[in-house]
Amino acid sequence: MTNQPLTLAEKVWNDHLVAKGENGAPDLLFIDLHLIHEVTSPQAFDGLRLAGRSIRRPDLTIATEDHNTPTVDIDKPIADPTSRTQIEALRHNAKEFGIRIHSLGDVEQGIVHVVGPQLGLTMPGITVVCGDSHTSTHGAFGALAIGIGTSEVEHVLATQTLPLKPFKTMAINVEGTLRKGVTAKDIILAVIAKIGTGGGQGYVLEYRGSAIRSLSMEARMTICNMSIEAGARAGMVAPDEITFEYLKGRAHAPQGKDWEDAVEYWKSLPTDDGATFDAEVFLDANILDPFVTWGTNPGQGVSLNDVVPAPSSFADPNENAAAQRALEYMDLVPGTKMKDIKVDTVFLGSCTNSRIEDLRAAAAIINGKKKSDHVRMLVVPGSARVRLQAEQEGLDQIFKDFGAEWRFAGCSMCLGMNPDQLAPGERAASTSNRNFEGRQGKGARTHLVSPLVAAATAIRGTLSAPSDLEEN
Amino acid sequence: MDKFTRFSGVGVPLRRSNVDTDQIIPAVYLKRITKTGFDDALFASWRNDPEFILNQDAYKHGEVLVAGPDFGTGSSREHAVWALRDYGFKAVLSAKFADIFRGNAGKQGLVTGEISESDTEKLWTAIEANPGVKIEIDLIKKVATLGDLSVPFAIDEYTRWRLLEGLDDIGLTLRDEAAITAFEAKRPAWMPKTLPARH
Repeated sequence: MTNQPLTLAEKVWNDHLVAKGENGAPDLLFIDLHLIHEVTSPQAFDGLRLAGRSIRRPDLTIATEDHNTPTVDIDKPIADPTSRTQIEALRHNAKEFGIRIHSLGDVEQGIVHVVGPQLGLTMPGITVVCGDSHTSTHGAFGALAIGIGTSEVEHVLATQTLPLKPFKTMAINVEGTLRKGVTAKDIILAVIAKIGTGGGQGYVLEYRGSAIRSLSMEARMTICNMSIEAGARAGMVAPDEITFEYLKGRAHAPQGKDWEDAVEYWKSLPTDDGATFDAEVFLDANILDPFVTWGTNPGQGVSLNDVVPAPSSFADPNENAAAQRALEYMDLVPGTKMKDIKVDTVFLGSCTNSRIEDLRAAAAIINGKKKSDHVRMLVVPGSARVRLQAEQEGLDQIFKDFGAEWRFAGCSMCLGMNPDQLAPGERAASTSNRNFEGRQGKGARTHLVSPLVAAATAIRGTLSAPSDLEEN
Repeated sequence: MDKFTRFSGVGVPLRRSNVDTDQIIPAVYLKRITKTGFDDALFASWRNDPEFILNQDAYKHGEVLVAGPDFGTGSSREHAVWALRDYGFKAVLSAKFADIFRGNAGKQGLVTGEISESDTEKLWTAIEANPGVKIEIDLIKKVATLGDLSVPFAIDEYTRWRLLEGLDDIGLTLRDEAAITAFEAKRPAWMPKTLPARH
């Protein structure tokens, strides 16, 4: 048994086993890092109070405010009373239970999945949970990171463990070199279009291959972030020199001898030669185009060079019906060139694409260009620290000169919980992760895109790739 | 959590696949800090349509939802389960459930029974032929019954046992507290700690 080749996910699983489940019971896993935000936690704290339970490990728990927070006037009280109540509940709970919290106005405040990595808390080989499906983001470090529900949040607060059934493993092999203008976002949208929104169900995905190895940590986070959009419980990338380089020197990264011990362990984590996956998927990076969605789930995507598909092109009756419904909601006609679709708003932000690298990439495209008159553009850094760094690099000025709105950090227009929403019928090119009906506001229409496509689209006013700018 | 063994309630045919949790409960309803009172939020956007299934008299008091595949995808919000539960649903039948949703449902006593796509169609047809008809969910036999039609459903055995016994997860885990303490003692020093805070 001891010499059996193992995958990355299996190694992390085994190293966190507190108790092995018997007779069909789940295994009990230790949780190294618990991230908390205001939306999915109040009922968990209430549950603890009702049961007279305390928090087992406040030192492995950290909270921030992101979903409800406004991205303007953050020095004023939150206008929406229900949002304010929820934020105040989090602050109260953090204080009562002794949890570290980064509130609006704090330099470490931001989207929970941006904050963990930037503090150096997210490390290879650890288990991370959060009451948020995009917890999969942290898998980019080779952590096993899963989104959980509120009952599980309460469970982790009380016990620092989680009962889990073993997952199956799926290798997503992406070989080759991305062409200019093609990014991590296009890889993951293509993967989801290929395996479907339920294709990863029951699996932990491991992204592998030369195209993945050459990606930065920010790009790997973008890919792992959307694993949930393929139905997977988690997505992972094996740690390597790029991972170590990103972590070294961060506030909570190990130091001195601890760093050496940690790196030695981290180097043992990548999937062993000869280990088998329960499923494998292959994607050729060399021929990938910028990818965009046309429908109302993240699997309904095509190459930006393609056209809106006809529902009849889907053999499966459920997919066919879903496509018909989606086209009606999106107000699109089959055969329309994706590049002819006019948008009203461009949103650059969300836990998928709001890190410094995303802002730099978009700023490089728009620098010196003029925004399309009919387009509104929102740029929302993932954290207060990302915002600060962008300002030090002068990126804010580039966005402002272009005519974009430069906002404070938060989830913003990714989901309709704060003031940043689309109007009914409004159409957006959005670097976020979900194009569900009403996700960005009631009746709103969403096309998921990369930061590069978002930038080019803001210039041309229609869905566009950076290469379309060169042709003019 | 109450024990669940057998239940009979009005069946609702939801002829849609990929019902994500943003549809089950839009984000605007997630601002409440209570765990109950979400019945008005269930399918809030779709309920604006007078033709929507839950707006039809026969289905208004629905208790067993029969939906297309990939039910509960997307956001981890447990509010989706609370909304279904508060509305009155005791069970959802579908050919495929998203993992997080299914886990959340099991914690709240909402049965998620996996049925084949052909059985989904049979149930839809049978309900539509007799709107308001009740479906019996037998968690002991793992069978859903509507008149002469009996459909087997699958459910994770551990979850089924917990539902049958009405057991609380935290209480179960705390039986292993000694193992948790032993595990904590051997964790390497370099593992992340949020406290004391470093910047």
